[in-house]
Amino acid sequence: MTTRDELSLLRSMGQIDRRGLIKGAAALGAVGAAEKMFGGSAFAATPKKGGALKVAIGAGSTSDTFDPATFTDSYMQFVGFGCMRNCLTEIDNTGKLVGELAESWAATPDAKTWTFNIRKGVTFHNGKTLTTEDVIDSINHHRGPDSKSPAKPLLAPITTLKADGNSVVLTLETGNADLPYLLSDYHIAIMPSKGDGTVDWQSGVGTGGYVVKKFEPGVRTYLERNANYWKAGRAHFDSIEVLSIVDVAARTNALTTGEIHLMDRCDLKTVHLLQRNKKINIFEVTGSQHYTFPMITTQAPFDNNDVRMALKLAVDREEMVKKVLRGHGMVGNDTPIAPSTSFYVELEQRTYDPEKAKFHLKKGGAEGLTIDLSAADAAFAGAVDAAVLYKEHAAKAGITINVVREPNDGYWSNVWMKKPWGACYWGGRPTADWMFSTAYEAGVAWNDTFWDNKKFNQLLVEARVELDEAKRTELYKEMQLIVRDEGGVVVPMFANYVGASSDDLAHDKMAGNWDLDGMKASERWWFA
Amino acid sequence: MGPILKMVAQRLALGLLTLFAVSLIIFLSVEMLPGDITEAILGQGATPETVAAFRRELGLDVPAHLRYLAWLGDIAQGDLGRSLASKRDIAELIGGRLMNTLFLASFAAIIAVPLAVTLGLLSALYRNSWFDRGINLVTLSSISFPEFFIAYALIFLFAVQWDWFPSIVNVNSDTPFWERVYRCILPAVTLTLVTTAHMMRMTRAAIINLMASPYIEMADLKGLTRLRIIVRHALPNALSPIINVIAINLAYLVVGVVLVEVVFVYPGLGQLMIDSVSKRDIPVVQAACLIFAVTYILLNLLADILSILSNPRLLHPR
Repeated sequence: MTTRDELSLLRSMGQIDRRGLIKGAAALGAVGAAEKMFGGSAFAATPKKGGALKVAIGAGSTSDTFDPATFTDSYMQFVGFGCMRNCLTEIDNTGKLVGELAESWAATPDAKTWTFNIRKGVTFHNGKTLTTEDVIDSINHHRGPDSKSPAKPLLAPITTLKADGNSVVLTLETGNADLPYLLSDYHIAIMPSKGDGTVDWQSGVGTGGYVVKKFEPGVRTYLERNANYWKAGRAHFDSIEVLSIVDVAARTNALTTGEIHLMDRCDLKTVHLLQRNKKINIFEVTGSQHYTFPMITTQAPFDNNDVRMALKLAVDREEMVKKVLRGHGMVGNDTPIAPSTSFYVELEQRTYDPEKAKFHLKKGGAEGLTIDLSAADAAFAGAVDAAVLYKEHAAKAGITINVVREPNDGYWSNVWMKKPWGACYWGGRPTADWMFSTAYEAGVAWNDTFWDNKKFNQLLVEARVELDEAKRTELYKEMQLIVRDEGGVVVPMFANYVGASSDDLAHDKMAGNWDLDGMKASERWWFA
Repeated sequence: MGPILKMVAQRLALGLLTLFAVSLIIFLSVEMLPGDITEAILGQGATPETVAAFRRELGLDVPAHLRYLAWLGDIAQGDLGRSLASKRDIAELIGGRLMNTLFLASFAAIIAVPLAVTLGLLSALYRNSWFDRGINLVTLSSISFPEFFIAYALIFLFAVQWDWFPSIVNVNSDTPFWERVYRCILPAVTLTLVTTAHMMRMTRAAIINLMASPYIEMADLKGLTRLRIIVRHALPNALSPIINVIAINLAYLVVGVVLVEVVFVYPGLGQLMIDSVSKRDIPVVQAACLIFAVTYILLNLLADILSILSNPRLLHPR
């Protein structure tokens, strides 16, 4: 009997509690096995208050500011969204949407007018009470012609935004049943209004669980617990120090020598060695993060769906997950909708089939296809390796792929959406509509395949205003099928978030919407 | 002292010219890199609309030569400007980082310079002995390894295996002095190891070179000990090349330690500059480069002055 079987048996016999199991498992060197049995939760004790948490994030730069419209990487996401501020809504650790600064909300049946009731008695770090004005100005911070915020397109359909007593009423140009989800986006944080229609982002004052005491961009941020935090049973640490350590070896060293308690993005090449260290827990979550190879469908030969289908069939996804992600991921099915996303439907898995790929090439009149595939590690870690693997797989289907190695610098501006076929990554979005309307709807700024499918576009608009869950599910199922079979994107894999923490940190089930427990480890975790 | 003051003035004027050339070269080369700050910061979020809005906001829609002239005008008045990316005052942004860099450089220099000169003297004294060969082997090996390798080896031994020193230098302006010294030991030792060989070899070579001179032979015939001959008679005449090598190494400790900073997560000027280059934050890159250039110019000037003081013949080149 293997260790894991033994532990499972003991657990099923009720002879061992979680804590005991983890201890036993650690002693037997089977922490990984125990982790998996509980879906990634290390301990399930009642949270304890106290302790000074030190975190290292593999991002961050000297150019970081407190302006949420400029947040692009996980460092400011963790500091700004995870520690300092709150949004109107929150996606909890089980993937469910709950109210944050909005207590409740309601929509008209056409999903065009939304009323958000603002939570009462919430104060900012400087003592100011949260009002509807703060909410309106914070949302407006991302709108307007001079906005450079990534949240601008999300909020573009808003026509009017006004206060009504203690509620904020938003009117949309076209209905959107997912609006409450959109408002959980980390950019749309609520900040104190200056009273003239703008917000004070400069001071870093928010309503979150931690108050900024020191901010050195690109180096460290020091925060202390907000004694007046309105959220019950959250924010357990006395203080948090967030270091920016971009170099993964330095980050790992810092964790193994006890300089920090928590790190994101382990080096997948060495994580099996790190796992041997008994004082360190590796955590792994399959989220919505996926790696893609988008083709510009308005250009030959990618305007031909048979060519696209042939390329989708000519890649061995299993091998790619095994070699590029070292097994820390899941095969993709040519749709961006992950199992953790709302309205995910399990479709038949597309597999590697060179013969069928040849058939499609012949049908599309593209035998002996030769194409360029642009890749750089800026797209995702291992993108160049993935492209070379793709080349080998496709060769068996009679397709010649020339892998073009592009410079990392300027990849997003010079290669992505410019070269006909390249590598790309997506952090994923919590809802199907959000993902589709970000990168698949005709005409949107990030439609990186320039795909324009009439049926799909119609369904998307239809589903967006549909408030009946069952009908909506049907519509999204159909859309996922269309993207899988006619879309311009190859989605070979979903990448796990793999991080590590010291064994004295405890947490509940981890969220999959972002790395580090939905970027909320700061307020959801505690020292055991 | 008249001729020396004149030389200093001349050199400072030349230095200013060098700084001007450096700033022009840096500006042009950052301009030539693909993409600009707006695209670098917005990343995947760079739509034509957001890029245009951002450029307008930063004043990047103005032609390059006008932007350079405006920057030059500000710098002439001592204003380093503001970072394009974070809008923070550059003097303030760089100040703390520069102090960190200078602290680490001084710390390493305090260990490395006396060590290198002493070892150089001793290996000249015991020339061709086992001691001489051993010192050469050790210092040359440590200079031959890339510095990040030495850094990782030290981390492996002293941080991971024995847990004597921290693996990352997590310091900030509130860290007490001795705490800071303790946390900086590993990077300082790394830098010592990579710079010692150069200075030590130069000391040894300069002294050995003089040992064949007739006046040393005279001292030897007087019956002086070899140690006294080397320290009192040979060293003063060998100072000039040694000072120059030390100056080059000191400059290296300030400007060339980016890899060590990355490995030990040390918040120095090098990391700031790399960040700024990748974000195309030209004013910060310019300011950092100017500081590096000033370091080189001043240290070289200092080395020349000290050489001349130690050997007045250098004032009258034939």
